[in-house]
Amino acid sequence: MKLTGAEIMVRCLAEEGVSTIFGYPGGAILPFYDALRTSKIKHILTAHEQGASHAADGWARATGQVGVCVATSGPGATNLVTGLATAYLDSIPVVALTGQVARPMIGHDAFQEVDITGITMPCTKHNFLVKEPAQLAHTLRLAFQLAKHGRPGPVLVDVPRDVQTELIEYVHDKLPEVALPQPDMERVNRAIAAINEAQRPVMLVGGGVIRADAEYDAMHLCEKLHMPVVSTLMGLGAISAYRKLFLGMTGLHGHERANNAVKEADLILAVGSRFNDRVTGERSSYGANKKVVHIDIDPAELDKNIYSNIGIAGPMKQVLNLLEQGSKVKDLSPWWQRIESWTSMEEDFGDEQAPLFLKALNAVIKDKDYIVVTDVGQHQMWAAQHLKIQFARQFITSGGLGTMGFSLPAAMGAALARPQSRVISISGDGGFKMTGSELYTISTHKIPVTAIVFNNHGLGMIRQLQTVQFEKRFTSCEFPGYVDFVRYAEAFGVKGEHVKTPEQLAEALAKAMELDEPYLIEVEIDPKDMVLPMVVPGLGIGDFVKFEEKK
Amino acid sequence: MEQIIAIVVRNQPGVLMRVAGMFSRRGYNIDSLAVGTTEKPEFSRMTVTMDADEATIQQVCKQLEKLVEVEAVKVLPPDSSSKRSMILLKVHAGEKRIELLRLAEVFRAHAVDVKGSSLTFVATGDEGKLRALIQVMEPYGILEMVQTGLVALERGDTSLRVESSRFSWPRE
Repeated sequence: MKLTGAEIMVRCLAEEGVSTIFGYPGGAILPFYDALRTSKIKHILTAHEQGASHAADGWARATGQVGVCVATSGPGATNLVTGLATAYLDSIPVVALTGQVARPMIGHDAFQEVDITGITMPCTKHNFLVKEPAQLAHTLRLAFQLAKHGRPGPVLVDVPRDVQTELIEYVHDKLPEVALPQPDMERVNRAIAAINEAQRPVMLVGGGVIRADAEYDAMHLCEKLHMPVVSTLMGLGAISAYRKLFLGMTGLHGHERANNAVKEADLILAVGSRFNDRVTGERSSYGANKKVVHIDIDPAELDKNIYSNIGIAGPMKQVLNLLEQGSKVKDLSPWWQRIESWTSMEEDFGDEQAPLFLKALNAVIKDKDYIVVTDVGQHQMWAAQHLKIQFARQFITSGGLGTMGFSLPAAMGAALARPQSRVISISGDGGFKMTGSELYTISTHKIPVTAIVFNNHGLGMIRQLQTVQFEKRFTSCEFPGYVDFVRYAEAFGVKGEHVKTPEQLAEALAKAMELDEPYLIEVEIDPKDMVLPMVVPGLGIGDFVKFEEKK
Repeated sequence: MEQIIAIVVRNQPGVLMRVAGMFSRRGYNIDSLAVGTTEKPEFSRMTVTMDADEATIQQVCKQLEKLVEVEAVKVLPPDSSSKRSMILLKVHAGEKRIELLRLAEVFRAHAVDVKGSSLTFVATGDEGKLRALIQVMEPYGILEMVQTGLVALERGDTSLRVESSRFSWPRE
């Protein structure tokens, strides 16, 4: 059967079970849009291509399925880059389709021509420029396979306009499965021995557990051994925060109990974490006086940032199950007594007021199928520290890249991916101004996202860093202009309200969760509030900043 | 220490940029690079030399293996590998042609061009031998020179031969 390249692109999306894509048209991708018109695939026209790439990412994070975004050549394609880099750093399966100028024009600096495969080479898992029409279908299938295989990641396929219009033979096909690397059993046995010997073990869960849908396997292992668990930012939700074994988040804004446990542990069992610098703090002291057992699907993560005594590359579920089968239950009560002598995560936030707003939300979200999507900055850390995340894929945040403006478009993608859930987007006023125009998309499609904007009229995390690192020489961290975000939302046809107290916020959110439409809640917070605990920059994760006269 | 890495990659556009990009992006320096197709035209083999300690070279190999177009990676043992690079060296000869040709013989270098008042030699060998040749020729006046990257094969029956790709790629 002969089809145009554009029709084949649509067919291949259907082959992969894609129901919704996010994008923005332009000259070089118009044949694809024309073919899409008669397809069952739903296209969400975003306000900006960056919104499309974050929405595809949010879709993927909420479901584990590949998220798809589309843009035209040139500026359309470059606008996707921040979203692709965000997905790359957090290992999210995304496929981006971009139009490219026609093949005879490539290399002539044609109108809206950029070398997008060159630009995205370092921030995608792989990318393709389709020069041979006959390779189009196979390339698209491979793109989806690569996005999902092993450690997931974004893949970009750049399709010249004339490839989209050419008639090509199409055959429905499926690529053969590609096997994953199998764990080295000798190392698995050494890991089991190390776990059985440990007096003060700690399991550190990272985003890799969620990517691998291995949260139950991780939970079974630590429940069996009664092993304390700490989580990285990306691992939140892998173990319910209501479980007794859960000590909190570890890292630069980690809980005191969690960080101290890592520091004093004689064994760290790290699963699906890449030991980012925000997790380890100063690296050389991190692994001192302890064994590190590191499990990851990506062999390159072993010994990259932290030297591991035993590194196991392999599928997460499988390795965790092997460890569970081999490990022996042991009395860890002296270790637990020590752990319980440290401040618990519930009490751990200084005198700050802003965390109370997050704590108030716990009663609303408890046991509910609500997804929380954050932006980047202080509110993100407060949310990570104080929201009690119970389920994998319930907490969506830009961890590796730290992309401001991520929350609202990603929440939109998550809400469309999981229509039975309710999605809460949390942003600061800084990040919300970056991609707030996606309220247009949310309003147009009546996507039930509730956007909470923490307004401190500035960039709180910048202010905090300038307090700690630059002796309070504040610069560019205050917004002297005034934005009323409720009225901003109204301009897009989204209702909203202002709240002043944690109780009002909880009440407003509970009400919004009953609505079948978008809503915005603007929360006034104190610009002087800080994220505590905070590890001293450049020191180990047990060295917390002490503010004598904080404000 | 100087390390030699052999990399078998899919022979397709952009692959050199991906490999070179990985080195520069992660702060590794390539000392020399040679690329050519293998007995199977769909695969090319690269030889990279770089100065790196053991931990770094392990990380480099794993990062290379992550690139989806890379099929096989191996650090070659420097003491039991055959290593060659090639040099073309144009020297001002003037009245000293005979003297230069004799000197070149010591290095098994052959004259490939005798036009004008210069001589162009070709020689192959490892880095040390070619450096020595350059030093010997320097006093006569080197007009220009060009050198390839090192290529190397491990001695004995070992093989980095790749039968098929990890992933299924579209046909050319």
